[in-house]
Amino acid sequence: MNRQIQLDINKTNLEAEGRQSRPSVVARNRQNQLAKRTFFVITLLPMILIAAITIILVVRSWPILSTYSPKDLFLGSTWKPDSGLFGFWPYITGTFWVTIVGVLLAVPPCLLTALYLSEYSHSFTRSLAKPILDLLAAIPPVVYGVWGLLAIVPFVEDALAPFSKRWLNSIPIFKVAQPTGFSIIAGGIVLAVMIAPLIISVVYEILRTVPNDLRDASLAVGATQWQTIRQVVIPRVIPGMVAAVVLAASRALGETMAVLMVVGNVAQVPNSIFDAAYPLPALIANNYGDMMSIPLYDAALLCAALILLILILIFNILSTLVLQRVLGKNWA
Amino acid sequence: MDTHIRVRNLNAFYGKQQALKDVNIEIPRKQVTVIMGPSGCGKSTLLKTLNRFLELTDDTKISGEVLVDEQDIYARDVDVTEVRKRVGLLAQRPSPLPMSIYENVAYGMHIHQMRNDRVSYKQAVKHYLEIAGLWDEVGKRLHDPATSLSIGQQQRLCLARGLAVEPEIILGDEPTSALDPISAQNVEKRLLDLKEHYTIVIVTHTLRQAKRLADYVIYMYLGEVVEAGPAQEVFNNPKHERTRAYLEGQF
Amino acid sequence: MMKKRWQRRHLIEAFVKGLMIVSFLIVAAGLGEILWTILVQGLPALNWAMVTQVPQGGFYLGKGGGVLNAILGSLYLAGGGTLLALIFSLPIALYLETYLGDSDWGRYVRLSLDVLWGIPTIVYGVFGFIIMLAIGLRASLLAGIVVLSLVELPIMVRAMDEVIRRMPVDLEQAALALGSTKLEVAVRVVTRQMLPGIITAILLAFGRGIGDAASVLFTAGYTDRIPTSLMQPTASLPLAVFFQLGTPYPIVQQRGYASALILTIIVLIISISSRWISSHLNKYTVK
Repeated sequence: MNRQIQLDINKTNLEAEGRQSRPSVVARNRQNQLAKRTFFVITLLPMILIAAITIILVVRSWPILSTYSPKDLFLGSTWKPDSGLFGFWPYITGTFWVTIVGVLLAVPPCLLTALYLSEYSHSFTRSLAKPILDLLAAIPPVVYGVWGLLAIVPFVEDALAPFSKRWLNSIPIFKVAQPTGFSIIAGGIVLAVMIAPLIISVVYEILRTVPNDLRDASLAVGATQWQTIRQVVIPRVIPGMVAAVVLAASRALGETMAVLMVVGNVAQVPNSIFDAAYPLPALIANNYGDMMSIPLYDAALLCAALILLILILIFNILSTLVLQRVLGKNWA
Repeated sequence: MDTHIRVRNLNAFYGKQQALKDVNIEIPRKQVTVIMGPSGCGKSTLLKTLNRFLELTDDTKISGEVLVDEQDIYARDVDVTEVRKRVGLLAQRPSPLPMSIYENVAYGMHIHQMRNDRVSYKQAVKHYLEIAGLWDEVGKRLHDPATSLSIGQQQRLCLARGLAVEPEIILGDEPTSALDPISAQNVEKRLLDLKEHYTIVIVTHTLRQAKRLADYVIYMYLGEVVEAGPAQEVFNNPKHERTRAYLEGQF
Repeated sequence: MMKKRWQRRHLIEAFVKGLMIVSFLIVAAGLGEILWTILVQGLPALNWAMVTQVPQGGFYLGKGGGVLNAILGSLYLAGGGTLLALIFSLPIALYLETYLGDSDWGRYVRLSLDVLWGIPTIVYGVFGFIIMLAIGLRASLLAGIVVLSLVELPIMVRAMDEVIRRMPVDLEQAALALGSTKLEVAVRVVTRQMLPGIITAILLAFGRGIGDAASVLFTAGYTDRIPTSLMQPTASLPLAVFFQLGTPYPIVQQRGYASALILTIIVLIISISSRWISSHLNKYTVK
């Protein structure tokens, strides 16, 4: 504060003495320009990083991409690195099964919760919800994995699977073919809880962008709140909600630790949610130690990482573009 | 006076702040009642208690009674959506629903399932657009988006929409303050025409508008009703010092 | 006449509202159930030795020791990673708000950051691993720190950006009206106003960093010792949990649960303190 006043006094004196130069201002502006340039360079960092990661993954998986045809690699079902067989299909399908189950389980309750928090609840409930969601988001994946091991796998094994065996056995995707609870459904349940805070908070923000005037207009003619939500609020936010779900799916795709601990890690093309599976992230995490010993194994694992990266990049960029437009300044 | 709305011992709070203090008023049937007063005096708050809109804001408390035809709209077994059907609201800024012009007007009727078939809906939409003075301008483009209308037209659309649910009372929260003078004049004329069939309660912060429209006047200051009475009496012979001061433009 | 009638639309609304409340309760109960399970399973094996000792010989077979190596390792990793990320995050966030605002370039940068945020940590781990090999670096604390800083960077910038964007425009303009350059506004005014939010962002990133396994799996290695230099490999709590759970000995698995509990407690402490700091440091901020 003092320095500011002194500067002003300086200026005034200079003016009084009819001098032209204001060294302090010039110096400060030079500082500004220098900082502007340095900072600008720093903001290039994120883009450079994305490019670097993608390029390096492509380069390092090139050996395997150039040795085998895409058909053999991506649609092949045999994974025997010692014999030079790298078929990603079981891992790709495994990844999709777990992700889809997780997203399907998470979306309905999370949309309903977000609607409740945005349209019906008191501010008290909302202030309670925020810490709950923050905590859920902060819990480390490995802890989710432990919870999955302790609570979900037994639940699947002792309750869900017998139930399905008894009542749903005729439906292929619910067929129980293995005795343990280490399965896609277990992974899906854990994933659903992990992505729930994300879906809820993003959809909540989206709902908040609908101006209250619109709600009031509908309520003023005597509509119920649900009628208002269904006919006025939701139609406006559909693109955003879809984007939120896609974003959550991209997160689910990449989740490694928690899923790895409950999904069974059996490389097979799944036929039922009660089968075990082996998603791509788990493949990479479990085998990195053997990478160096077998030819092309490292390139194969890096290729798996590349597939994962590209899938996630596509989902992520699309959903983020939509969400940035929908949420604008409020992008949280 | 043929009283349509009676307010008894109404108090309203925003959190700890009291916005309405012991309001006791009567609003006459099929006349234009104007609630006037300086900014922040509680006019809009009072208006919003009449169609139970105030409770939509977080942390508000309301005590007292608002009787429409001697029935308390705040009674426990009262359906709030029915209240809002009977007591319509024209907001300050036109808020067209994100639908076509036709659908905007038909919306309220659909919600309450007021008509039986498509033909009667269409006729009703035409009818209310005519009353709002909008039919000539939009009759040929009913399925254009409501947002393509000018702001004056949008406000009249909101009027048509509100009338379509057949209210008995129309509330207006500074309904012309967002409009240009010509549109404003148009809306005012509509309201004057409508008082033949509806009880109209308007909030305004312009004295001039109050004088143009009012049959009955309620003057508020800092959350209290200072004076209420027929327009001629209040404007020409105010009983309270504050009213006099307001009328003479000391605010 | 205005009495509630059981109209269909009211019934539908009551039903939907009921579903919504149930959903909300499920989510809330889920948190409780997770914390409760970890507490119940982890508490029995949680003792002083676990927190103060490193694994003794045969630890993974059931003999004595603790996970101090992992606790300290995680703290070092996350601490270093957060610090490194901070050095880059703060300038990026400040620059975004002060100079870029809503410009096109700003949008590209924000998009890139969001994309980085979405990249799974295992990809960062793999990326780090490749770079490590290329420059001849072995699995070490340093490598782990660098990878973690990459992981934490988008989280931190995003959180800071959010806080900085909420700043009242008048504040910036008042500073500019006094003749400040944009740099001065950024450093002197914005930072002071944003301090609680910035600290919260840092803690948030730290919390995420300490819990992540996939990124340090390849890069930080694992060891039973407490690292004494940046070049040594280091253990981490998530990996400690994972390895202990992977053994066939119930005693060791129990200790794995206890380690998970320790990790959860650390994360909870961070989460609660950031909330506390946020409300207490808000004394000087302009609302």
